[in-house]
Amino acid sequence: MSKPLNVALIGNPNTGKTSIFNLLTGLSQKVGNYPGITVEKKEGSCKLPNGTKAHIIDLPGTYSLNASSADEQLVVENLLSRNKKDYPDVAVVVADVENLKRNLILFTQIKDLQIPAILVVNMADQMERRGITLDVAMLEKKIQSKVVLVSSRKRTGIGELKSLLEDYQNLPVSATIHLADIDPDYFDRLQQAYPTQNLYSLWLVVSQDVPLEKIDEDLRKANTYSARATPEIKRLQQKETIARYLFINRFLKDVYQADASKATDWRSLLDRVLTHRVAGYIVFFLVMLLVFQAIYNWSSVPMDFIDESFTRLSEWTNNHLPEGPFTSLLAEGIIPGIGGIVIFVPQIAFLFLFISLLEESGYMSRIVFLMDRVMRRFGLSGKSVVPLISGTACAIPAVMAARNIENWKERLITILVTPFTTCSARLPVYLIIIALVIPDRTIAGFNLQGLTLMGLYALGFGMAVFSAFILDKILKNKARTFFVIEMPAYKLPLPKNVLYTVIEKTKSFIFGAGKIILAISIVLWFLASNGYSDDFYQAEEIVRAQTENAQLDEQEMTTAIASYQLRHSYIGIIGHNIEPVIRPLGYDWKIGIALVTSFAAREVFVATLATIYSVGSDEEETIKVRMSTDTNSRTGEKLFNFPTGISLLLFYAFALQCMSTLAVVKKETNSWKWPLIQLVLMTGFAYLVSMIAYQLLK
Amino acid sequence: MINFKHATIKDTISSLKRGEKGIIGNFSVDQIPVKLQEMGCLPGNEVQLIQLAPFSDPLYLNINGNNLAIRRETAVLIEITKIV
Repeated sequence: MSKPLNVALIGNPNTGKTSIFNLLTGLSQKVGNYPGITVEKKEGSCKLPNGTKAHIIDLPGTYSLNASSADEQLVVENLLSRNKKDYPDVAVVVADVENLKRNLILFTQIKDLQIPAILVVNMADQMERRGITLDVAMLEKKIQSKVVLVSSRKRTGIGELKSLLEDYQNLPVSATIHLADIDPDYFDRLQQAYPTQNLYSLWLVVSQDVPLEKIDEDLRKANTYSARATPEIKRLQQKETIARYLFINRFLKDVYQADASKATDWRSLLDRVLTHRVAGYIVFFLVMLLVFQAIYNWSSVPMDFIDESFTRLSEWTNNHLPEGPFTSLLAEGIIPGIGGIVIFVPQIAFLFLFISLLEESGYMSRIVFLMDRVMRRFGLSGKSVVPLISGTACAIPAVMAARNIENWKERLITILVTPFTTCSARLPVYLIIIALVIPDRTIAGFNLQGLTLMGLYALGFGMAVFSAFILDKILKNKARTFFVIEMPAYKLPLPKNVLYTVIEKTKSFIFGAGKIILAISIVLWFLASNGYSDDFYQAEEIVRAQTENAQLDEQEMTTAIASYQLRHSYIGIIGHNIEPVIRPLGYDWKIGIALVTSFAAREVFVATLATIYSVGSDEEETIKVRMSTDTNSRTGEKLFNFPTGISLLLFYAFALQCMSTLAVVKKETNSWKWPLIQLVLMTGFAYLVSMIAYQLLK
Repeated sequence: MINFKHATIKDTISSLKRGEKGIIGNFSVDQIPVKLQEMGCLPGNEVQLIQLAPFSDPLYLNINGNNLAIRRETAVLIEITKIV
């Protein structure tokens, strides 16, 4: 068998490049990360008619080879690395029939690198409706290459594309424009400095705003040729762009006609509503309400089911396998750990279902347009809106949603502040503490408990925005970026693309962040189910002896033993040991244990207190009664009094009490640096605020 | 047709009203990203204002057949001649 053919898919965003990739590769695709950076690497394979295997690399969407983001830089670097294994034998440049002129700019750039290139004109099925005619034969002659009309919606043209790929060696590699014509002096000098290199490749290296590192060694030397981003270079870049447009305009009128009157009715009508300064926000609000409903309410059904199934599985394992450390590890460590990963799947799937629909339909750009001005004040982008709002359901999918923000700084800030928004896991903790310490009274027609809950949501959102504002001042931007967003045509989303996005994001969460979550769950299990003292190992005898006269039934006895064991397990010991640290916040060792265990997930707080107070079920009423009557052994006062309650609410509002968030931030930023900074800053801030609140209120 | 009455005042893209068109004139090359130029923002091309977000920022434009949005800070840097 011959070696597989490397095919790079290149194209502007919104051209349907992903649809073509999906059609070529089907489910034989892999999504990973490029080493060291957080740009998605998508690759797959397909069989060509003659049996050759083609390795398809879906390069990130790019408008040009003059990179202005990490994604675009990666594309350029890939095309300048002849010696790397992913260097394409042939490039497939995907263009959208409506924006052919602009898409051809990128095509001429690829051709000038002397890479065999095929032009795919996508959305060919739209031509008639939009009044477009295209003379394919003439276009092929003018651009000195092959052109394929493809419709990813009707799945036509893919066969033809595959046959052309087989024949790639017959594609001409002639250049489209000649740089030497633009400015003979400059370009002759550049060529003489590196006589063996392709002039356009050299120019790309010299003219980028940032040096290109991951390219062929000979070319890398050109990085030091001259200063970057000088007015001279900018002037030459403009001349180059004009030359490309001249090249295209020379023939475009003869091969491509569009009847403008047919094209715009739909679009302008929708735009008039969706980008309107009043109606636009109303629609946006309704759409967000729907998204929020879906991740908050609709996903609760499958989540409850998952929760129950894993609990049952865990019980079944405990009852049916021989007793011992292995069964315990399986039933109380691994199974709940996996359950703790799978439980997020419905929320992630729903969120990405909607995000993918918003992106594919073209509506996302309108949201960015409407929200950009407001968000920019806080160092965020119009695209930060979706992560921040979906963070109210769960920070995990929300952090993943920040991937759509191209600007690295804005994306990082969004990721760092999203966990402040009040996620649904905080809700059980809030509810029980509010019920304990806030009087159920009505003030001016409003229920005081309801107001407190609302205040906590406002506090979370306010804190997110405020810290974004601060981070914006502190963080340095990697590259100077400008805000230019395309406002694409409205399209009906392709179900296949939506489905693939949902599958891919869910998979990347389970196998990326999931590993870390599972590992931490096992550690927490070990700490909770092991101890070193006699108190721990002889818990049963001790409890039975102590309660001899109490006449407990079997159920009550089991929970009393569990409670005693937990108090003397490693986690219990940690709880005792951190008591001095958390005492200024008004907490005792019992709350300390709950703080540690709720690192697995915030809602575990309630379950842990249930075990400590040896309430058999996590029936909320019973726990509440136990909690409300408990006293602080040092002060003799009620443990859950008003100051402690407020202090706890604030702590849960601000602290990063969630290992899954850490795991997903690690995955999305590709380093432990940011999640650790986040953990220290958020939890440190929470500690400070809770302490101040407790000390003032006490 | 070019309106000569306005041609003497330096209009920029930011002075367009909704629906109005202009012809792009000069701008300083080191302040306007190449990306925007590649999308057709070049001297001599036509620009139309489609929609304004609240506070008149960003601006939703059609430049040389391409639909895109830019921020006001960029729009004020690009001179135009209004078409009536």
